[in-house]
Amino acid sequence: MTSPGKDHVPRMTAQPASGGITDALWKLFASIKLTLVLLLSLAVTSIIGTLIPQNAEPAAYVAAYGEPLFRFFWVLGLFDMYHSWWFQVLIILLCANVVVCSVDRISSNRKILLVRRPHFQAARFSNLPDRAGFEDARPPAALQALYAPYFSRKARAVQVEPSADGFRMFGENGRWTRFGVYTVHLSVVLLLVGGLIGSLFGFDGYVSVPEGDTVQQITLRNSGERLRLPFAIRCDDFSVSFYETGAPKEFRSSLSILENGQPVLQKDIIVNDPLRYRGISIFQSSYGSLPSDEAVLSFTSRSTGLVYSRQARVGAEIPLPENLGTFRLRELRHDAQFRGHPVGDAFIGTLTPPGGAPEEIVLPVRFPTFDRMRRGEVAIAVDEFKERHYTGLQVNQDPGVEVVYVGFVLMILGCYVTFFMSHQQVCIEVERKGARTQVTVSGTANKNKAAVERRIRRLAGALAGLK
Amino acid sequence: MTSSVILSAVTFIYGFAGFLYIFAWVFKKPAAGKMATGVAIFGLAGNAAGIGMRWVESYQLGFGHAPLSNLYESLVFFAGCITLIYLVIERRYANQVIGAFSAPLACLTMAYASLSPNISDRIQPLIPALKSNWLIAHVVTCFIGYGAFAVAFGVSLMYLFKQSEPDAASGMIGRLPTLEALDELTHQLIVFGFLFLCVGIITGAVWANSAWGRYWGWDPKETWSLITWFVYATLLHARMTRGWRGRRIAYLSIIGFAAVMFTYFGVNLLPGLHSYQAMSK
Ligand code: HEM
Repeated sequence: MTSPGKDHVPRMTAQPASGGITDALWKLFASIKLTLVLLLSLAVTSIIGTLIPQNAEPAAYVAAYGEPLFRFFWVLGLFDMYHSWWFQVLIILLCANVVVCSVDRISSNRKILLVRRPHFQAARFSNLPDRAGFEDARPPAALQALYAPYFSRKARAVQVEPSADGFRMFGENGRWTRFGVYTVHLSVVLLLVGGLIGSLFGFDGYVSVPEGDTVQQITLRNSGERLRLPFAIRCDDFSVSFYETGAPKEFRSSLSILENGQPVLQKDIIVNDPLRYRGISIFQSSYGSLPSDEAVLSFTSRSTGLVYSRQARVGAEIPLPENLGTFRLRELRHDAQFRGHPVGDAFIGTLTPPGGAPEEIVLPVRFPTFDRMRRGEVAIAVDEFKERHYTGLQVNQDPGVEVVYVGFVLMILGCYVTFFMSHQQVCIEVERKGARTQVTVSGTANKNKAAVERRIRRLAGALAGLK
Repeated sequence: MTSSVILSAVTFIYGFAGFLYIFAWVFKKPAAGKMATGVAIFGLAGNAAGIGMRWVESYQLGFGHAPLSNLYESLVFFAGCITLIYLVIERRYANQVIGAFSAPLACLTMAYASLSPNISDRIQPLIPALKSNWLIAHVVTCFIGYGAFAVAFGVSLMYLFKQSEPDAASGMIGRLPTLEALDELTHQLIVFGFLFLCVGIITGAVWANSAWGRYWGWDPKETWSLITWFVYATLLHARMTRGWRGRRIAYLSIIGFAAVMFTYFGVNLLPGLHSYQAMSK
């Protein structure tokens, strides 16, 4: 039973045959046929969610597929397919499958996996294809004294057994590598458990913060509900820089974390470098500009030629000098039009001359002389205005991430061990043949036969060289 | 000489190597085979030099980054991976027939990168989301895996070809390795590819988590990489525990590679954000 070459041990269920249904269920979940079916079902059904855009507006779906098909897809949950009940059931089944199968295998193979002193059978080595040999003049007893300490350093569980004309020495390596595949299976379970923890105890939301503003509530991505954070986030500054090509180079938000109104942490975040505070992570995800509400305007009086500079706020009325009336800034319009022509960003305002009718004034930011064409008593221009940005932050908490990351590490280690390492057993057979001693090294492994072959050749070479 | 000149030349060198491999196989000319190996090694050296120079050039342009940031660069790297993996196998198994498949594949990959009107070979600065060391780990591991799957796909095709006449002792089919050897090679390549696919998906997930705070979002590209992973996991289990061999494994390997190709190219054809916007109008 301990030979590594034999993988297909007779199947026994680990559970005592307690009764019909549990037994049948255990057998079902211990079966690899189920695994193949589940893996292929997951592969095929996953395709659907890539063909149908997920989580869009119902109206868009109706427009694309028509009402009847929309209803049918809706019932099947195809618009949020990866969270639909049947997809989750497939995943849970896979998880149960991998757990039951592994437990079943470990318990029925425990004699191979957990044995302390393996029992080696000489017969199993006698006709293995992988062998290397040489002759030595010294008698077996002398060789045994030489080989035993050397081999004990190179292999584990070394045992010596006398034979008719000499001795046999057995040893093994890498029994633990048999756990590699269970490590992979455990990692799959950890990924799913970590994902579950995240979806039960975490949240995923977003918030836009205008420069200078402070927020404490975010919007949750999947439900649209509002969530109050245990601290407030203030955006002190946002900047975006561009390459010469016009492609964005960096988005940077300077954020402060406030507790009870007091700043406790200050950090600049950029994409790929978030801020983490009290288990909550804040990521740079988007940005935009806000309608500016402040500008510095210049008023040029036609009669005197004097220029007056005034700070103006949207909505506030400012009295003009030289009794020219009043001016009220109404809004900043992106892509403004003037008599049907696009003029880009422009402030719109109302000029009310003394005793006259109010008049709408368009002040394109890019053309400071624009208003002179109106030939009014006063020409108005935008001297300066600061565009205000808001930063789009992704705010989330995922207490399952650590579990998932442990799963990642175990999956990589487990796959490496499973694929590239093996459990190897080696037999050194030493026999007196007339005046000489024949030494034969043979070996076997549960996989990766090429590696055993190399190992046997190296071992035979090393033994031949021992003095 | 700039990197794109060298890389265009590599396309033709790979093409020439492929021609020699096919010639050696069809007409049983060992001399052509020897030359093919030399040409393929030369092509790989040019491929590596091209990537290295592109790296240097990106620094000269003032926004230096590893040349693994867009479709052109990934295709060039992919072609190098295919050739390197093939050359290692050629050395280990002393059989050149697979070269008749892998060298033309590398040539096609390079040709697609250089000639397709939709693929720009300009060195572009990195957008903010791509500025991460995880990106390099992600692209390198994914494409080593894809390279192994590509060669496995070729070996599987050869398996099916050989199977049409398994006892042929001479001729094109006779010169293929034995069925057992082809089957074993497919498996080894897939095992190797699977490990790298795992690492590739994982590094991608870690990168997504550092950029957007989520390690998995079911976007089409992620989902297709998972589909690929499911297919190869099925193959490994079927072979390991149910003893599938030969033709069925070859079919699964071909399906797996189709999934790889879809993950790589097909995802852009899917109704993503772009066509969705059209749809909602
Ligand atoms: C997505 C999930 C899974 C992954 C990634 C996975 C991965 C692996 C890997 C890498 C191997 C080694 C194959 C080889 O050496 O060629 C393996 C073997 C195996 N897997 Fe899985 N597996 C998964 C699910 C399952 C499930 C659900 C079962 C349940 C029945 C299962 C049962 C087995 C068994 C019995 C072996 C052979 C172990 C042995 O050597 O005795 N696997 N698995």
